[in-house]
Amino acid sequence: MNKQINQKAWLFVLPVFILVAFNALIPLMTVVNYSVQETFGDNVFFWSGLLWFQEVLTSERFQNALIRQLIFTFSILAIEIPLGVAIALTMPRKGPWVPVCLVLMALPLLIPWNVVGAMWNIFALPDIGLLGYTLNALGFDYNFTSQPGDAWFTLILMDVWHWTSLVVLLAYAGLVSIPDAFYQAAKIDGAGSWAIFRHIQLPKMKRVLTIAVLLRFMDSFMIYTEVSVLTGGGPGNSTTLLSIDLVKIALGQFDLGPAAAMSLIYFLIILLLSWVFYTVMMRNEDQ
Amino acid sequence: MPQTKSWIVPTLYIFFLMLPIYWLVNMSFKTTNEILGGFSLYPKEFTLENYITIFTDPTWYTGYLNSLAYVGINTVLSVAVALPAAYAFSRYRFIGDKHLFFWLLTNRMAPPAVFALPFLQLYSAVGLFDTHIAVALAHTLFNIPLAVWILEGFMSGVPKELDETAYVDGHPFWSFFIKIFIPTIAAGIGVAAFFCFMFSWVELLLAKTLTSVDAKPIAATMTRTASTSGYELGLLAAAGTLTIIPGAFVIYFVRNYIAKGFALGRV
Amino acid sequence: MAQITLDKIRHSYVETPSKEEDWVLKEVDLVWEDAGAYALLGPSGCGKTTLLNIISGLLHPKQGRLLFDAEDVTDLSPDQRHIAQVFQFPVVYDTMTVYDNLAFPLRNRKVDEATVDKRVREVADFIDMGHRLDERAKGLTADGKQKISLGRGLVREDVNVIMFDEPLTVIDPHLKWQLRSKLKELHQRVKRTMIYVTHDQTEALTFADKVVVMNLGEIVQIGTPVDLFERPHHTFVGHFIGSPGMNILSCEPDSAGARFAGGTVATENRLSAGESGKRIELGVRPEFVRFTAEDGLPADIVKVSDAGRYRIVETRCGGETVKLLVGEGDEIPADGARLAFDPSNTRLYADGWLAGEGR
Repeated sequence: MNKQINQKAWLFVLPVFILVAFNALIPLMTVVNYSVQETFGDNVFFWSGLLWFQEVLTSERFQNALIRQLIFTFSILAIEIPLGVAIALTMPRKGPWVPVCLVLMALPLLIPWNVVGAMWNIFALPDIGLLGYTLNALGFDYNFTSQPGDAWFTLILMDVWHWTSLVVLLAYAGLVSIPDAFYQAAKIDGAGSWAIFRHIQLPKMKRVLTIAVLLRFMDSFMIYTEVSVLTGGGPGNSTTLLSIDLVKIALGQFDLGPAAAMSLIYFLIILLLSWVFYTVMMRNEDQ
Repeated sequence: MPQTKSWIVPTLYIFFLMLPIYWLVNMSFKTTNEILGGFSLYPKEFTLENYITIFTDPTWYTGYLNSLAYVGINTVLSVAVALPAAYAFSRYRFIGDKHLFFWLLTNRMAPPAVFALPFLQLYSAVGLFDTHIAVALAHTLFNIPLAVWILEGFMSGVPKELDETAYVDGHPFWSFFIKIFIPTIAAGIGVAAFFCFMFSWVELLLAKTLTSVDAKPIAATMTRTASTSGYELGLLAAAGTLTIIPGAFVIYFVRNYIAKGFALGRV
Repeated sequence: MAQITLDKIRHSYVETPSKEEDWVLKEVDLVWEDAGAYALLGPSGCGKTTLLNIISGLLHPKQGRLLFDAEDVTDLSPDQRHIAQVFQFPVVYDTMTVYDNLAFPLRNRKVDEATVDKRVREVADFIDMGHRLDERAKGLTADGKQKISLGRGLVREDVNVIMFDEPLTVIDPHLKWQLRSKLKELHQRVKRTMIYVTHDQTEALTFADKVVVMNLGEIVQIGTPVDLFERPHHTFVGHFIGSPGMNILSCEPDSAGARFAGGTVATENRLSAGESGKRIELGVRPEFVRFTAEDGLPADIVKVSDAGRYRIVETRCGGETVKLLVGEGDEIPADGARLAFDPSNTRLYADGWLAGEGR
């Protein structure tokens, strides 16, 4: 579409600009401010340069949280994306069951995040939770509150439960937008189901899958509430992801400088990785 | 494609999705004694006690009203300001348009944990701490970019000829925008509102940080219960069950729009 | 290559059709001769695409059989029927090159690469894509994509029939005639049965040797373009084909033909015995109506529009609208105009069908 050049369009954007700027720029400036200053209380601040950044980047605590975060994010991406696509492929394309499926599948997305955490906590309790009790009855020694491996298992299962539906809905929408003629032509051309997937469905889903990967990446990198309610970062620090650590430092210990520096590093990592994902996934598109 | 057994996969998946929800509902109808007494697949001493507590104790039910209040304000506000902005992005070129659009989207990537503390200070400084407005405004940080993004997608799908015809017919801009354009993209507005509702309803970190008593969301009341009054799992489960209901309602009403909205490749 | 027979095909999208309206195809009996060029013409929603999908195997008819020569193929899947179809919206495999697109149907059938290469190059030359084989199919324009989908049908040597479902819908107007003549040329070269579905009479009449006209789920006439024009079997055909369409006038039957507008009109056909109780109409094309100085039917002129080499005159005659064509130089009487119908091209229709023919 050829767009008209019109500087008055800024007037339309102004309310959005003001609101988002108020919410984004002022806090961001606060964060930048804190990140380069030191305080001994009493609202007296000293210039500290890049000290906090150095401290955060070299601290083992931050590095470990970052590694845990990366492991978590890539695990759930590796599970949720293929699983979501597989479920979308097997869903009926039309019929009375479609809305029923969609509503039931979307349900986890609409549950407040702390309720998700609380629900899984109750569900996984070793003595009275359905999951915990069943696993123990089957002979597994399962206790997510005391064993790090079990905590990770529960955490990833919870995220898969919570978010796979988003991938399903996106992939499904990509699939139903493919005109029938493509399937008909493929049938006439004698294509098997793998060829149909590879040459029709996957290319048509590419755009929505890019969005799915980006959203899941960003949101899983920011995950806080569910983890905080389910495990609180424990046992020990075994499930302390980046934002859990950040909130501990900022709101728990009120270490403003390190918290601010960490915030900025954290935000930049997300921006950088999102950009990398986006360019890699879109590269073929531009050829 | 038409594998006759293919319904098994979605069915199993939905079964998996329902298990934890069932467990929550199951717990909510149990007495504390039964819960602490041991494992049982269904409530043996069925009780509504937990729900009665929630509906009669103001600290509980005001939590719901608070949540609905700021979610409602946020949804209306986000969509209302996003509409003209999305129109500008979809129809006009202006200085800095691409940068602005990208900058808006980066805010969708901002971790709430990063903003929690500065928000607390900002909203305390402007005297909005512990009000519905504060939470609603804070949530616009990620909901406005989302709403602009979704609406821009829908609007770009509307041919420009519609606008031009309206001008030729002599409609002034605002009358065209409100009477013709907005009804045309009603589905898009539905989808945008749905996602604003969803992300505002499920977010807790900012909502909890920005409130203490008067605007405290239901979700925060739950965490307090879990930590202070010991092990009231039944009550917690009942409150949790109740938080699922508004979401379920909203999905049911927009179920036909969701697929359409997703189909445009925007979320 | 085969003769295709539709034997009492009926179809409905309703699970258990109960009323007559539930059937989108009422009952179709039809034989497509081998190597013929056919057009299936009818307005939107008349069931032509349904019929096409039944032939290609994308739909299974509720009732009836489909034969390719003597073989019953009703239960065979599309790829077992050896057919090709070009759809309304171009279907190409975006991720593949033009070459791979054309090779796709052969590779799926495990044809050896040497043969694939030979066929692809032959067909590519034929559809003028020989020099673009390495391009991504995604970047092609609509007509290029449509050529690729056609090419995918041509690469297979065992194709019984090539079907076109409104293939020119998304093609730019100035390229339409190019592609249309390409299709015609193609038919003469490959000698395969081709079925061209369209609602556009020009496309149908220029492409086909025989046109099958459908309306409301049934076939109303099969014939050459000349047949359809000169001897419409149904008022629908008369009205749908020709521009402007045939005049259809209600009248009283009479021993010489019909009584209309206070006069007697001689007709080419007569009512048969059983038809007297039916709704009787007179059909005459504007080409066969003229002004006359002697005794004719009195008419008032309503409107004259210029259509280039002739003018279309709209008149009121006997309470009905009658259109006629008048040559450039000919005069149009100012008032007291009288009309004469050519008796050998004026026909009676009973309940829409040509009278005296039976059904």
